[in-house]
Amino acid sequence: MARLNSPEALENFRQEILSKRDPKKPCISICAGAGCIASGADEVIAAFSAEIEKEGLQAQVDTKGTGCPGFCERGPVVVIYPEEICYLQVTPEDVPEIISQTIKEKKVVDRLLYEDPVTGERAIHESDITFYKNQQRTVLCNNIKIDSKNIDDYLALDGYSALAKALSKMTAVDVLEEVKKSNLRGRGGAGFPAGRKWEGSRNAPEPIKYVIVNADEGDPGAFMDRALLEGNPHSILEGLIIGGYAIGSNEGYIYVRQEYPLAVKNINLAIKQAEAYGLLGENILGSGYDFNVFVHQGAGAFVCGESTALMTALEGRVGEPRPKYVRSNVKGLWERPSVLNNVETWANVPLIINNGADWFTEIGTESSKGTKIFSLVGKITNTGLVEVPMGITLRDIIYKIGGGIPDGKKFKAVQTGGPSGGCIPEEQLDLEVGFDELTKAGSMMGSGGMIVMDEDTCMVDVARYFINFLTDESCGKCVPCREGLRQMHRILTNITEGKGEEGDIELLEVLSETAVEASLCALGKSAPNPFLSTLRYFRDEYEAHIKEKRCPALSCKELIAFYIDPGKCLACGICYKKCPAKAIDGGKKKIHIIDQEKCTNCGTCFEVCPPRFGAVAKISGKPVPPPIPEEKRIIIRKSKEK
Amino acid sequence: MDIDRIDQIIDKHQVAASSLIQILLDIQSENHWLPREALERVGERLEVPSSRIQHIATFYKAFSLVPKGRHEIHICVGTACHVRGATRILDTVEEAIGIKSGETDLDLKFSLETVNCLGCCALGPVLEVDGKVHGKMSPVKTADVLKNYGTKN
Amino acid sequence: MSDIFLEIDGKEVKATEGMTVLAAAQSAGIPIPTLCYHEKLEPFGGCRLCIVEAEARGWTKLVVSCVYPVEEKLIVRTRSEKIDRIRKTILELLLAHAPDSPALHDLAQVYGADKNRFEKEASFCIHCGLCVRYCAEVKKKNAVGFVDRGIRKEISFIPEIASKECNDCKECFPLCPTSYLQAAFVLTEALVFPSSSE
Repeated sequence: MARLNSPEALENFRQEILSKRDPKKPCISICAGAGCIASGADEVIAAFSAEIEKEGLQAQVDTKGTGCPGFCERGPVVVIYPEEICYLQVTPEDVPEIISQTIKEKKVVDRLLYEDPVTGERAIHESDITFYKNQQRTVLCNNIKIDSKNIDDYLALDGYSALAKALSKMTAVDVLEEVKKSNLRGRGGAGFPAGRKWEGSRNAPEPIKYVIVNADEGDPGAFMDRALLEGNPHSILEGLIIGGYAIGSNEGYIYVRQEYPLAVKNINLAIKQAEAYGLLGENILGSGYDFNVFVHQGAGAFVCGESTALMTALEGRVGEPRPKYVRSNVKGLWERPSVLNNVETWANVPLIINNGADWFTEIGTESSKGTKIFSLVGKITNTGLVEVPMGITLRDIIYKIGGGIPDGKKFKAVQTGGPSGGCIPEEQLDLEVGFDELTKAGSMMGSGGMIVMDEDTCMVDVARYFINFLTDESCGKCVPCREGLRQMHRILTNITEGKGEEGDIELLEVLSETAVEASLCALGKSAPNPFLSTLRYFRDEYEAHIKEKRCPALSCKELIAFYIDPGKCLACGICYKKCPAKAIDGGKKKIHIIDQEKCTNCGTCFEVCPPRFGAVAKISGKPVPPPIPEEKRIIIRKSKEK
Repeated sequence: MDIDRIDQIIDKHQVAASSLIQILLDIQSENHWLPREALERVGERLEVPSSRIQHIATFYKAFSLVPKGRHEIHICVGTACHVRGATRILDTVEEAIGIKSGETDLDLKFSLETVNCLGCCALGPVLEVDGKVHGKMSPVKTADVLKNYGTKN
Repeated sequence: MSDIFLEIDGKEVKATEGMTVLAAAQSAGIPIPTLCYHEKLEPFGGCRLCIVEAEARGWTKLVVSCVYPVEEKLIVRTRSEKIDRIRKTILELLLAHAPDSPALHDLAQVYGADKNRFEKEASFCIHCGLCVRYCAEVKKKNAVGFVDRGIRKEISFIPEIASKECNDCKECFPLCPTSYLQAAFVLTEALVFPSSSE
């Protein structure tokens, strides 16, 4: 395969690829992202290959493992083209039926289709599924169509045409102006205007400059970048090369967290393939522009997602952030101008170049243009990646797309922005998502993590959880963060264990102010947000924990007790068998009693008690009723007729 | 780990201080931990002081300065998994294997760590054993997964 | 190097380009408390005690004076209710580790810091980094360094180097505000120094 030496050569090669592909030919696309692989996608892919061979259909049907479309909870996900029939939770055992019914007889296998939890209606096509219907997947749409390990798939979908356009029809300044005009703001959390950042680097006098992809997606609960980098690595690569061209950089770095081994593998492969085609390296497409890119893995440090810490990690040092008095787009990696942007930001660049800034500004709101990918997870019916235009309300995301809260539970809060963000309650669900709206409510959009919580979630525990996370992930250099979080964690843990005292909330507020005002970096400055937002909207929970030693959500282990309601227990014996602490006193036809001394609060009895009895209750803030007397424990079977 | 193998790994990278973390990642990946000799050799060849190597090897959680068990168990405690009950999965594993998070058992059979997000959030709670990810875990399912690795139960 | 004129606590101060606000204040005899600062070492910005209010172009923000560069017409205030409150809290957080440190005690008097506000911590290292940085930047021996991160961060001597260098040096010892350094050295010497027979 010779290098493509001009934009024309690229186009000719693209046409060659397309001419060899029949759009009407059946193609079975199986998601091969990390989520579906965990659910058994490898076995499904193997089963399809085996079945197709068995039926002698190799020439008639294509199969491919593709990028992640983000509907992971219903994986393995299989989409059959050209009809776009979408099957969910496919197992190897389903494969023969899919081949015989859908491929051979063009019939749909109903039981594998998405079923609307409310109406019971089945959705045949991906676009009919309520989860997808209300999304606008400008960035994610290609994931399910391409084999991330095959550059030709990307080329078949117009891949690298934006790069060709930029290098041959636009000057570097043209590209920069287009990105500025689009108002593209960084998708990593800070929302800084990308064009302005790029311009700062372009204008910096130092000739050697760098462009960097931040793929250290550390926010727990967020996996947008994982899906993008794993599933469509070339889209990021293309954006990065265009960015390098715009600012005058010949060297790029992709910093990927090592917890994403598949993403590391796929991006390395993509780079090799791009180099082989002449889309990377020297004299790209004959333009005279050279660009090389290197992949660096993270080594397990959330703080390295902070841009200045990431740069020190690239330099082979510990990830310690630097104060922002010196802007890194002027003095960044090795003191040279460095443009660092998030994966999703880079992925938007080829789209802006191909479709124009005006197209981009039509989507979204005045201050937040374009779409944003959110990771909608937690207590929600439809879990997965959601790409929507900015300006959509939280309510629409959670109910229209997410399908609301499962198991008949009540919505309590949605946590956005990761450890830097806060919790947003029901009253604020009509807020529009964007860079600025959520900040007013005490949270932030952040990188896109959206964790839905229901009535069973204790908000004090949520604050404790995030502070605990940061006590471990803080670099430890500055006092307000290291020592402030240390004490905040101790106080919040005490509160959840029933050891809270009057004055704790005020002390937490003082520590929060110190961290917000005096921390060295954004990790410390935003660390108090989960506490401050839960205090703002759920102060009653804090007060209940401190004053009444009660956990309203019945969640904090030290503050709850499990109790078997003698009026409901019918001695089925399941809890007795399953209790790992052997803390239940039972017997045939004898109302079961939990020995509170032995009980470890594991909650197993609560989970296994059959719903028709529902005899196990959680009690908090008041004493457990004493065991009923022995004679009253005998169950007399009621007669069978009414 | 012998010096030749360490040198081979070093030579696959640019022999400069900036490659330090990538080199240590390769050694960790192959050897499952970073022995003293390896750290000394890397420091020698890259001309980096021991204090810096020591800080890096302890700062980044991917590295282990002690031998790990044959089976590495990671439990995701990211927010989505936490909200769905990851703590109970951790409790189950700790009980089944008899060690706490951050420890390795005496037979060097199992090592247990918590991880702050594997990116499989829609499948929470998530358990990873030797790189294989298991989603939608419950205490019962966890016990089943562990049985495949020979836990006493 | 061009001259820069800024105002600190109402006083006009002449500084040169590239100077930090702390250096400018010190040259004008205006005191700002510090803990992790040392004139022989690169500014660290770890203790945050030297925070000041800096006003420029109508915007006021809190900056760490040991690293913040001077600017023409910058207006700096070294004391305010907020600054004092933050310094007090920082001192109280450090006193939880080292309640008997003379340096912390003196500053605590000025800011009314209560050494019992927080529960006591086991380690009395306050991570000013003076020992690590002095050994790295001035002596260039790197006999002591940091380990780990976050709330588990500590200092640690490298036995092979410390056993050869430290007993003839100990220049870092007087720098330690809490004497934790000396304690750590004694412990390291007793437990892990290579034995003299090697």
